[in-house]
Amino acid sequence: MLHNVLRATVFATSLLVVNGVVIAPAMSEVIYNRGNDTDPTTLDHHKTSTIAEANLMRELYEGLVVYNAKAEVVPGVAESWEVSDDGLKYTFKLRENAKWSNGDPVKASDFVFSFQRIQDPAVAAPYANMHYAIANAESVNKGEKKPEEMGVKAVDDRTLEITLAAPTPYFLELLTHQTGLPVHQASVEKFGNDFTKPGNMVTNGAYMLESFTPNDKIVMKKNPNFHDAANVKIDVVNFIPFEDRSACLRRFEAGEVLSCSDIPAEQMDYMREKLGEQVHIAPYLGSYYLPVKVKKEKLSDPRVRHAISMAIDRDFLAKEIWRETMLPGYSIVPPGISNYNDPVFLEYKDMDILDREDKAKELLKEAGVEEGELSVELRYNTSENHKNTMTAIADMLKNIGITATLFEMEGTGYFDYMKQDGDFDITRAGWIGDYSDPQNFLFLFESDNLGFNYPRWENAEYDALMEKAETTLDLAERSKILSQAEAIFLKEVPAIPILYYSSRALVSSKLKGWEDNIQDVHATRYLSIEG
Amino acid sequence: MFAYVLRRFAGAVPTLFIIVTIAFFMIRLAPGGPFDLERPLDPLIMENLNRAYNLDKPLLYQYGHYLWNLAQGDLGPSFTRRDFSVVDLFRTGLPVSVLLGGMAISLALVLGTFLGALAALKQNTAVDYAVVGTATFGITIPPFVVAPILSLLFGVWLGWLPAGGWSSGSLRHMILPVATLALPQIAIVARLTRGATIEALRSDHVRTARAYGLPTRTVVGVHALRAAILPVVSYLGPTAAALLTGSVVVETIFGIPGIGRYFVQGALGRDYTLVMGTVVVIAVFVVVFNLIVDILYALLDPRVRYD
Repeated sequence: MLHNVLRATVFATSLLVVNGVVIAPAMSEVIYNRGNDTDPTTLDHHKTSTIAEANLMRELYEGLVVYNAKAEVVPGVAESWEVSDDGLKYTFKLRENAKWSNGDPVKASDFVFSFQRIQDPAVAAPYANMHYAIANAESVNKGEKKPEEMGVKAVDDRTLEITLAAPTPYFLELLTHQTGLPVHQASVEKFGNDFTKPGNMVTNGAYMLESFTPNDKIVMKKNPNFHDAANVKIDVVNFIPFEDRSACLRRFEAGEVLSCSDIPAEQMDYMREKLGEQVHIAPYLGSYYLPVKVKKEKLSDPRVRHAISMAIDRDFLAKEIWRETMLPGYSIVPPGISNYNDPVFLEYKDMDILDREDKAKELLKEAGVEEGELSVELRYNTSENHKNTMTAIADMLKNIGITATLFEMEGTGYFDYMKQDGDFDITRAGWIGDYSDPQNFLFLFESDNLGFNYPRWENAEYDALMEKAETTLDLAERSKILSQAEAIFLKEVPAIPILYYSSRALVSSKLKGWEDNIQDVHATRYLSIEG
Repeated sequence: MFAYVLRRFAGAVPTLFIIVTIAFFMIRLAPGGPFDLERPLDPLIMENLNRAYNLDKPLLYQYGHYLWNLAQGDLGPSFTRRDFSVVDLFRTGLPVSVLLGGMAISLALVLGTFLGALAALKQNTAVDYAVVGTATFGITIPPFVVAPILSLLFGVWLGWLPAGGWSSGSLRHMILPVATLALPQIAIVARLTRGATIEALRSDHVRTARAYGLPTRTVVGVHALRAAILPVVSYLGPTAAALLTGSVVVETIFGIPGIGRYFVQGALGRDYTLVMGTVVVIAVFVVVFNLIVDILYALLDPRVRYD
């Protein structure tokens, strides 16, 4: 028996030694275990759409322009660019030392190939419409025109010319999206759909793909051919998907991951106390609102909708339900957005909640609704926070004599139901901007936007203003027009804005260079690890 | 015996066929589709996607197509993990789940029967009460409570073990997930063994064995336990099938790349092929383990014959 124990000990010790030897050289590498929301649908960025995917693509590829640590648009592969006076033609000068991970130079033709590929109907890119601003892109995507007819031309290896269908003041912002990233033409042509496999994948960003194990991790290694490789301080990034935010919190506390892309809001008090400054909460480019089916007789009067809106105590929702991970919202366009000089808000933004309730009751009376007469159904998709929000709202509506019932739906069917003009009273929806421009929020409620205009609200004046803004080159003038449009929206409230999103993250104090920003983008190339 | 096994396998084919058919049409009844995201897609793009995945074809065509591929061992492409085919996903995930589940089952079998037999032999003593009490506790506390507590205790507070992660299957990373999976099973096996052993100790053949003057060790070890293990075997059949095909809770909480999560992720994301693939794998495991149980019965219980 003793003999066995001894043997086991020797064996265990030798294992440790072997492990030690294996681990030792790896210690010299700087490794960053980084929590991400979830696994990507694919690493072919032309087929991606989520934020978790954008976080990965930002590491692997570099577009013409990129976001820096503060989410400002700065030169990427393009070292400089010129815009024609009519705002229609962008000429990008590509940097000479831009290289793919296999050493090939990044050429203008790579971007042409990539921009054409995303519009190819056979690729079925979910976000092809991000590039509809480019001349003929939409017709190419519909299969009506040939890819070569698109407004993207390589003048020479280092000059790329993009022609737009209409001036798009936020075009550079658009190019920071993952749809604007290039793909390596030779490997896409050689491997087809398998070009994203580790070993096949050739990228031009600060990192290159090492391995991808579903539900485990995606490993990226520093790309030695990256033009700014000298300033990239982290050698290996392990992107770990966390569906369970508490699991990320535990691994963060155990020191196993250095950042979490989200936090379990219900443990806010605990985290504030234990982790202090490592809890990052920053305003984010997103709105949380309640679409109201305006066609319904009982909800067709804007006064009724305003009464409902007034009774909602947004401070309570933000503080108690969302544990300060959301901010009280009084407009559909979130504050801090680019190209928006005169933001407008619901006029009772600063009014006390008790006064608002009195005003709401008056409005209901004016609209001919007796107390206790109106009952509405609040519909939401399965999620603890949505449920709590709607439960609280139902309670608030009771204060002004409206009876509210709750109805929960499972996620996938829920959005389909709203899109299909489902028979709801009031639902919930959220929108995260793809680019920092008010148009990206206000277009949701254009009459012909059947995919997103859940209330099926129609307003000719609003549509006209939106159309006018599209062709207005002067940014200050355009900002005014968009403010007017939002003012109409807020007067009619077909959807009731209640909260703004905020980005939430856990960031270890060892991780340096993390700057909170409205886009919540934090490329690893700007980060470093200390201690 | 061999002919029996062959017959059983042949019988499993229609069973699997029926399961696949029901599952195929049931998942299609669920509202929405794999490309309905929080952010609806442009109708044109949706059309392109549906075409790329054959979803624009009639349902019967898709069903026939699926069966044809299935017969060739192809479970199709995953809709939500498009860099992988469903077979790829199982190829990397199944060994992980089988490893974890297998360790948990083995642990449950060894510890559970030992504790159960111990409790039965010391019936109505402190040992017995301790085992029964702990077992009841183990059964009533669900894994979604046990897992975070273990992770918090050993990973965060004590720092003895990793709080999560898989790390290509290092032993340290396996301890907490295996413990979480095994605990309720140890409890159930212990209770089953205890009950069956008490009964077996009073049975005629054990009394006869005692009357022959056989040593207690032989009476208990060979005659009583062999009978007592039968209910455990029939319990462990389906349980093994469930454990070896992964656990959603344990995989999510510890971040383990098994296949347990695919069923839930697939169903929620309307990843038809992934759900179907999971159904097929689980069905095969259930069929196989029921067969194993029947064979074990024949080996353990002299009254059972399959000739």
